[in-house]
Amino acid sequence: MFKIVGRESMAGDTVILNEIEAPRIASKAKPGQFVILKANETGERIPLTISDLDANKGTITVIYMVVGKSTALFKTLGVGDAYQDVIGPLGKPTDIEKVGRVVCVGGGTGIAVLFPITRGFKETGNEVISIIGARTKDLLILEDKMRSVSDELHVCTDDGSYGRKGFVTEVLKEVLEKNKADLAVAIGPVPMMKFVSKMTYDYNVKTLVSLNPIMIDGTGMCGCCRVSAGGETKFACVDGPEFDGHKVDYDNLMDRLRAYEQQEKQAYDEFCESEAL
Amino acid sequence: MTEKQAKKKKIPRQPMSERAPEVRKLNFDEVPLGYSAGTAMAEAQRCLQCKKPSCVTGCPVQVDIPGFVRQIADGDYSGAIQTIWTRNSLPAICGRVCPQEIQCEGECILGKKDEPLAIGNLERFAADYAMEHGGGELPEKAAPTGKKVAIVGSGPSGLTVAGDLLLKGHDVTLLEAFHKTGGVLVYGIPEFRLPKDIVASEVAALEKLGLRIEVNRVVGRTVSLDELFEEGYDAIYIGVGAGLPRFLNIAGENFIGVFSANEYLTRANLMKAYLFPKYDTPIIKGKNVAVIGAGNVAMDSARTAMRLGAERVRIVYRRSREEMPARAAEIHHAEEEGIEFHLLTNPIRFIGDENGRLAKMECQQMELGEPDESGRRRPVPIEGSEFIMDCDLAVVAVGAGANPLLTASDPEIKLNSRGYIAADPKTGKTTKKGVWAGGDIVTGQATVILAMGAGRTAADSIHDYLTIGW
Ligand SMILES: Cc1cc2nc3c(=O)[nH]c(=O)nc-3n(C[C@H](O)[C@H](O)[C@H](O)COP(=O)(O)OP(=O)(O)OC[C@H]3O[C@@H](n4cnc5c(N)ncnc54)[C@H](O)[C@@H]3O)c2cc1C
Ligand SMILES: Cc1cc2nc3c(=O)[nH]c(=O)nc-3n(C[C@H](O)[C@H](O)[C@H](O)COP(=O)(O)OP(=O)(O)OC[C@H]3O[C@@H](n4cnc5c(N)ncnc54)[C@H](O)[C@@H]3O)c2cc1C
Ligand code: SF4
Ligand code: SF4
Ligand code: FES
Repeated sequence: MFKIVGRESMAGDTVILNEIEAPRIASKAKPGQFVILKANETGERIPLTISDLDANKGTITVIYMVVGKSTALFKTLGVGDAYQDVIGPLGKPTDIEKVGRVVCVGGGTGIAVLFPITRGFKETGNEVISIIGARTKDLLILEDKMRSVSDELHVCTDDGSYGRKGFVTEVLKEVLEKNKADLAVAIGPVPMMKFVSKMTYDYNVKTLVSLNPIMIDGTGMCGCCRVSAGGETKFACVDGPEFDGHKVDYDNLMDRLRAYEQQEKQAYDEFCESEAL
Repeated sequence: MTEKQAKKKKIPRQPMSERAPEVRKLNFDEVPLGYSAGTAMAEAQRCLQCKKPSCVTGCPVQVDIPGFVRQIADGDYSGAIQTIWTRNSLPAICGRVCPQEIQCEGECILGKKDEPLAIGNLERFAADYAMEHGGGELPEKAAPTGKKVAIVGSGPSGLTVAGDLLLKGHDVTLLEAFHKTGGVLVYGIPEFRLPKDIVASEVAALEKLGLRIEVNRVVGRTVSLDELFEEGYDAIYIGVGAGLPRFLNIAGENFIGVFSANEYLTRANLMKAYLFPKYDTPIIKGKNVAVIGAGNVAMDSARTAMRLGAERVRIVYRRSREEMPARAAEIHHAEEEGIEFHLLTNPIRFIGDENGRLAKMECQQMELGEPDESGRRRPVPIEGSEFIMDCDLAVVAVGAGANPLLTASDPEIKLNSRGYIAADPKTGKTTKKGVWAGGDIVTGQATVILAMGAGRTAADSIHDYLTIGW
């Protein structure tokens, strides 16, 4: 059992942070890696990125958006409750090196995934320009943390309720016009990563994206997480989750994420009914 | 004696009663129901008690078949299970899943003129009887040696090593990547063929012997082999199975609705998607299902699809009936359940709809040409024979490869040209000191009993190492 020792509600209770006791994982994990969590006997195996860790305390932090049955079930867990299974660290760590100037672009809960990577680049001596965005002010997370590891931070919201009005790509264009970037990292909703990659391709800036296909084992055994990159089939859980943003077939990824749309809705509705949510 | 033998010959091979196809294809209950004591005894009496029993040479672990069969004939059921246990620690499983027709029963002398003795059924009977009647006595453990062994992977191979080394007095810990133990026995082979309670009770018996289990430990990711040595283990056994899905590498393979058999069966079995939404993991229920391949994995996938409510399930196989690698019993059961066989047929392309979902599959008819390296006649495409079949779910069951997750993490472990671990067949030793390997990660996907046999060989060698030296 993996006990929850800290919990925070963010973005108007649509995003939850859990600090979980998992000393073995905390001692090994690197930026970019993820864990798979299973709440209970009947639960699904759900991948979440390790957003932060404390090796001394033996804890890891995950931040998840409530989007369906399993994350709604996770949300019912409080401090003192436990996940039945937490497996990790999985996936390849981010290749963090000193490259010069790095532009980090995050959208929605993707910012939780982006944070440890941004910190990694900053700590390695890179100049870091970050751009984070959300649909609206209340949904923006980790602004302070991102600011603390960036040389420059741009914030935008789709509806203009906070920061610049507009999409992260608009700010990105200005940043790229002004500065020569050596690397871009984009993490967020699939369409965001797709459009950021399109833009950085035009500016000839190498771009890393972190993909979130549906997974089961996380060890390369089932092939469920396959994505198409550069015309080749790759398994995101072992070959990724990070890929060259200019090579990914985003449309196929978006399709595959919808594989269980109908069952997900059924499970979520039944869960809400039973929990009177 | 001759009179008695003559009498024996008159007893026909005793069939095992089974759930009716039209009922069982709608649920996941076990299909064959087992022998009653009376039937088992009658079947056991058919055995000729050969002086040089050829059946034993057909069994990869040399179970004393005439010995335990005689005990069943005499009504000494607890004696029978003890006899089996000296060679095979998982008889309830082997009795159900061994390909008996090419192993023990394939060599039985009775099979020359008549039907062979139902050795698998009798083995299953003895094991089930012991389980129902208190499990038999736990074997005696040797005095503790103070040596620690880590076993990576909880499939049949790892479980065998665990059992053997516990009995020899070593301190054994099993590390498993999944949240549950049993390997393919729990994530691959479906409930209707091997009830998961049986696997759980075999594991529980090992725990009673002192086995420590750590699930959720992905060796190569969450811990390395060298770190295990640092944690104080004196020896390590790698039994991680094959575990890499093979695809066809044809167009359209990433459409929604094209699964590897590993994914499809893991969802259904390990994650219990057949009980969705009681269990949270979903699965796609196809109407028109095509399963590509004709081994045990393909039969399991096809029969699972049928039970999940498919209207039509087709096995699509590029060779002919003779080459189908599945156990005879599985092919028979699949046919009884209404699964169609499209032989000498090869998929060449998947076709999707506007939502990226699988809608059709294009195939090509094949004919048999000259024999290939495997000695089987090579299927060659017939020009102009392409046709399209409707299909909204396709399961690719064309074998597995070697999963590199663990092996890539330690350069001292040498691999063969196909990516499997190079281990000495006589001992199971790898090229890294203190590390052994066996089962599917050495041989490629084979059988439960071969994985167990490899485990036994390695256990003996590990014991020698821990008591004598490398
Ligand atoms: C490597 C990786 C890291 C991730 N990190 C984070 C993170 O840090 N924070 C966060 O909020 N989300 C993260 N995700 C996404 C998260 O796993 C899904 O949001 C979650 O599984 C949804 O489950 P659900 O039952 O609540 O929703 P559902 O109703 O089941 O599905 C909602 C959406 O989640 C996707 N999804 C469903 N099941 C899975 C699954 N088993 N694996 C992956 N996606 C699934 C579906 O395609 C759908 O788009 C990550 C995904 C991956 C692969
Ligand atoms: C669907 C299906 C049906 C089959 N039917 C039959 C049959 O009827 N008869 C028959 O004889 N054989 C059958 N087989 C083959 C048989 O199941 C295998 O040959 C046998 O299970 C191999 O045993 P193993 O111990 O080598 O590995 P496995 O059973 O594959 O077990 C390996 C275990 O190691 C774990 N693991 C993997 N990597 C790691 C890691 N890095 N760290 C920790 N743990 C890890 C896995 O999760 C798994 O639990 C079938 C196989 C399949 C897939
Ligand atoms: S272990 Fe398998 S091959 Fe050996 S006797 Fe039993 S059923 Fe036959
Ligand atoms: S070969 Fe057949 S008849 Fe002879 S001992 Fe073996 S099982 Fe009995
Ligand atoms: S999740 Fe199964 S292979 Fe990646």
